[in-house]
Amino acid sequence: MSSTTATTVPAPPRVETPFQRFVSEFAASRIALLGLMLFLAIVVIAVLAPWIAPQNPYDLAQLDIMDGRMEPGTVGGAGFTYWLGTDDQGRDMLSGIMYGLRISLIVGAGSAIIACLVGASLGMLAAYAGGRTDSLIMRLVDLQLSFPAILAALMILAFLGKGILNVVFALVIVEWAYYARTVRGSALVERRREYIEAAQCLALPTRRIIFRHLLPNCLPPLIVVGTMQVARAIALEATLSFLGLGVPITEPSLGLLISNGYEYMLSGKYWISFYPGIALLVTIVSINLVGDQLRDVLNPRLKR
Amino acid sequence: MTAFLLRRLIQAAAVVLVMSLLVFLGVFAVGDPIEILISPEADQFERERAVKALGLDLPLWQQYLVFLGNALRGDLGRSFVFNEPALKLILERMPATLELAIGATVAALIIGLPLGLYAGLKPNSPVSKGIMATSILGFSLPTFWVGLMLIMVFAVQLGWLPSTGRGETVTILGMRWSFLTRDGIAHLIMPALNLALFKISLVIRLTRAGVRETMLMDYVKFARAKGLSPARVTFVHVFKNILIPVVTVVGLEFGGTIAFSVVTESVFAWPGMGKLIIDSINVLDRPVMVAYLMMIVLLFITINLVVDITYSLLDPRVRLEGKQ
Repeated sequence: MSSTTATTVPAPPRVETPFQRFVSEFAASRIALLGLMLFLAIVVIAVLAPWIAPQNPYDLAQLDIMDGRMEPGTVGGAGFTYWLGTDDQGRDMLSGIMYGLRISLIVGAGSAIIACLVGASLGMLAAYAGGRTDSLIMRLVDLQLSFPAILAALMILAFLGKGILNVVFALVIVEWAYYARTVRGSALVERRREYIEAAQCLALPTRRIIFRHLLPNCLPPLIVVGTMQVARAIALEATLSFLGLGVPITEPSLGLLISNGYEYMLSGKYWISFYPGIALLVTIVSINLVGDQLRDVLNPRLKR
Repeated sequence: MTAFLLRRLIQAAAVVLVMSLLVFLGVFAVGDPIEILISPEADQFERERAVKALGLDLPLWQQYLVFLGNALRGDLGRSFVFNEPALKLILERMPATLELAIGATVAALIIGLPLGLYAGLKPNSPVSKGIMATSILGFSLPTFWVGLMLIMVFAVQLGWLPSTGRGETVTILGMRWSFLTRDGIAHLIMPALNLALFKISLVIRLTRAGVRETMLMDYVKFARAKGLSPARVTFVHVFKNILIPVVTVVGLEFGGTIAFSVVTESVFAWPGMGKLIIDSINVLDRPVMVAYLMMIVLLFITINLVVDITYSLLDPRVRLEGKQ
């Protein structure tokens, strides 16, 4: 025992892996950390909604129409307190919001992931192939970006009709161009680097060069854009659902909940629209805070 | 220059053509117009006659050519609901939307410029930090929800402003405007502010960045060295120079404002084009949808064309790019 403590071995110098450095740099901003924690809390609430919500808002047997439009804090017929009030159907708003978050997050994250796959592949193709392919893809990107997202999504949903898949499709069409432009931009820079040249000299197959060498080095800006686009997608879905063009009435997202409260607002029943809006706001702001910090941390120009 | 103009015009025309094809396919090929246009009790003979009269027996590409020919003559079909030419309906509602969009732009400049100027001149004061934090909120807040909350507070609880509609209007040049009456102004304030929300944040950020950059310029240092008063340096030397980029961006955003007024008009029941298109989508009034989409496409292509041409006049590199 004593022999090991007698000769104190100097601790090996701590080598920081890139990931550790990334984590510590991200955590340097308290507000970003708060954003991340808020967002994780929201995700947990959304995932666990069926187990932690006081009521299942889809189960008509649990709803009591007599409890309709109750003020926040009232005790309902079922015996538990409606902390955030109830809507016109007697649905507990707190449970409605928890379930609504699920749909908002699924639509937001789902469309962002698909748009990222589509956009990143096309952007990579444009950068790697160059020439005609490049200019064709980039013209499409320009065309897409010259129209406001809300309008393009409106057009698509006007033709396709309501539905979660249709909303996701519309959001993908609206958003892929941002990813394509980002990836093409960084891929054009990266492909001139020596390591790509080295890989080409080794006669590696093109697919391997693109996916194993080029793509990982284009990831940082893609992650930043992706985070911001998730927030945008959630906001856009809420707006479309509010306009009555988004998700169907059977799958109420936050936007639809807010829209349901619209008619009761003029008679002073604020809570039906107010609380889902707060939930939406907190979700969007927390994602944006994380995205802002990611942009600073992952930006190579700000590297110390 | 002429070659550039010509190429750009041809490109714009091509985009209009492609968009018209997309709109045509989207509206006419996805659903069956016969189901909507003809009563279910119609017999086989009546159906066939209607199909012929509407030209629906022709192959799709011929139908498209007919649609294109009519569109060129300004005929985009009649609304099923109002039984009036769709284009006329939209043009009737355009002044209301323009009024709202212009109101929002003016509000964004009136509110955003002073705040941005202050934040740029005193970047470290707590007030400036507050302004910048609020501007982040302006980007994150869902516009329609803020609109609802404005109604909640100012119309329902305080009762200061009317909640919806356009109020009293005055007719000038055959168009109805509400900004000339007291009642109309009261109706305009909330929707315009709501639509301006995003732009206020944008103007604050642009102005702040501009001020901070300009303050370091030699001509500002020189003006101060000359002993000019701080107010004169700020308003004559700095402010004038940052106005150029701010006005450019706000001008470019105008198309987006018109598009986004769809949301604000729905919240405040403002009787403009945006409300019309949402109502039309909900009752499947296809001709109005087509007319609105084509108008918006034309509007955006015109804005983009004007911007490109202006840039090419200012920056010769843009003109020469295609020649390489």
